Amino acid sequence: MTKSLKEAKMHYCPGCGHTIVHRIISEVLDEMNVRERTIASAPVGCSVLLYNYFNIDVIECAHGRVPSVMSAIKRIYPDRLVFAYQGDGDLAAIGTNETIHTANRGENITVIFINNAVYGMTGGQMAPTTIMGQKTTTTPAGRGQNQEGPPLKMCELLATLDAPMYIERAAVNNAENIKKTKEAIRKAFRCQMEGKGYSFVEVLATCPTNWHKNMKDSLRFIQEMQEYFPLKVFKDKI
Amino acid sequence: MNEKKLMKGNEALCYAAVEAGCEFYAGYPITPQNEVPENMSKLMPKAGKIFVQAEAELSAINMLFGASAAGARCMTSSSSPGISLKQEGVSYIAAAELPCVIVNMARGGPGLGNIRGSQADYFQSVKGGGHGDYRLIVLAPSTLQELYDFTMDAFDYADYYRNPVLILGDGILGQMVEPVELKKYSPILGLPSKKGWILDGCKGREQHVIKTLLLSPPDLLVKHNIRLQQKYSRIKKELSICKEYKTNDAEIIIAAYGITARVCREAVDIARENGIKAGLIQPITLWPFPEEVFRKYSDKNFLVVEMSEGQFIEDVKLATDCKGNYSFLGHGGGWYPDTDKVLKKIKELLK
Repeated sequence: MTKSLKEAKMHYCPGCGHTIVHRIISEVLDEMNVRERTIASAPVGCSVLLYNYFNIDVIECAHGRVPSVMSAIKRIYPDRLVFAYQGDGDLAAIGTNETIHTANRGENITVIFINNAVYGMTGGQMAPTTIMGQKTTTTPAGRGQNQEGPPLKMCELLATLDAPMYIERAAVNNAENIKKTKEAIRKAFRCQMEGKGYSFVEVLATCPTNWHKNMKDSLRFIQEMQEYFPLKVFKDKI
Repeated sequence: MNEKKLMKGNEALCYAAVEAGCEFYAGYPITPQNEVPENMSKLMPKAGKIFVQAEAELSAINMLFGASAAGARCMTSSSSPGISLKQEGVSYIAAAELPCVIVNMARGGPGLGNIRGSQADYFQSVKGGGHGDYRLIVLAPSTLQELYDFTMDAFDYADYYRNPVLILGDGILGQMVEPVELKKYSPILGLPSKKGWILDGCKGREQHVIKTLLLSPPDLLVKHNIRLQQKYSRIKKELSICKEYKTNDAEIIIAAYGITARVCREAVDIARENGIKAGLIQPITLWPFPEEVFRKYSDKNFLVVEMSEGQFIEDVKLATDCKGNYSFLGHGGGWYPDTDKVLKKIKELLK
């Protein structure tokens, strides 16, 4: 157990990507020795209860409004580590406006974006990042070109802005990628603590429950997602 | 004697906010309150404080959610359609019991309406514009001096009760110019420390969590709501503010707030010169509504004047248990009362 995680039983489904990302973040906070200087957000979505697991100061925000809340906290406390933790509906649908403008202001915060291509907490509806042909409870015939349009690629979109300093897409589907995710989050936090500016790490994460897949197929689905969401560093101005 | 300055309402409000130690302002332009973000963009950095022009009202109010959670005195301003947009955030802020000051320089509605002053946001202000059972402390200034003074008071009420405070002005008050005495700020209430709940990193203490999702046990939210209602009851008991003007011997009592009360005060004087015993009750706090003052006169003749289609009159009737005789003068959408209209109505009633 890390100092930044509590000894609490998580509510996440078996095989959920949130658990791995929680663990990674807590390890980085411990290693950087910043737990007591950190303020995080809980978004609306499956990770809304993350304050039950992280032993840090947390504010639970309205759906999509996380980056605005965190921008203000960071401006009040420029020397704290302030990170937003958001899912795909929160960050790329209802909160797209806040996401883009916060990045464009170059707020010195870190946004960790969990992309599992589906709405988890509400029961598996289409997300802005649902991939083409993917069946969800609101795209029973699969996401289509003419009705829903293709998935929104947030790293690519944010990389068109001048202000962001660090943007990377990672995944937590195998040991190597988990290691890379940890390095990406560490780099993003360091970018912030050195006062350099906005950092964004997207993590492709599993949702076996709403994908209706076993673990093996879920890990394979992360490979399929990479056709739309390639893993790479989109911006590194650190 | 403090310095007196000729200024616009929107400008006076900014000077008061900075004087009261506002540390964070976020807003989005909308007429007729544009001078607020404009003045704050100059005054705040000069005072070493934070100004942010947000990309939308949703963002501005949520910046206040963050700033207040971090322990900062904070303010946003807008006008009617923009205040509607903020309501989601206002509900969260009220639920989380975070202090902040929200200014509405109201304009004509519904919809995009027009940019003239209006009081048609009364229900939204005092009955709760967002979801859930919550209340805002609502202050209604009628002069620029009151606007200046109440803005400073608003920060204290917000901190003292850990509750959002709304200053309900209107386009006239925001745009008009008159001399304002720039009083120095000193707290009107003994303010509690924020150390026990703010988010500043959990150094040497347990984590702090600010949240409004209260799922289990099943009665957790019920208990939270009961506790909120107890706080609102306390505010009702402690904070009903009202001005009475020549009401003692009045045969007809005008009820009006904000800029309308200012017009009616003059109408009372002219009526008295004409031998008509008129008086005025001007609520300063629209919530809590000064029920006790109204109750003293419950069987009287009331003339309720408002720049809306009969919103404020409901609270006047409730406060007097519907025992009085009520007449109404008012329209929404940027209609203005003047002394002639008010006097004409008084004379009609006394016929």
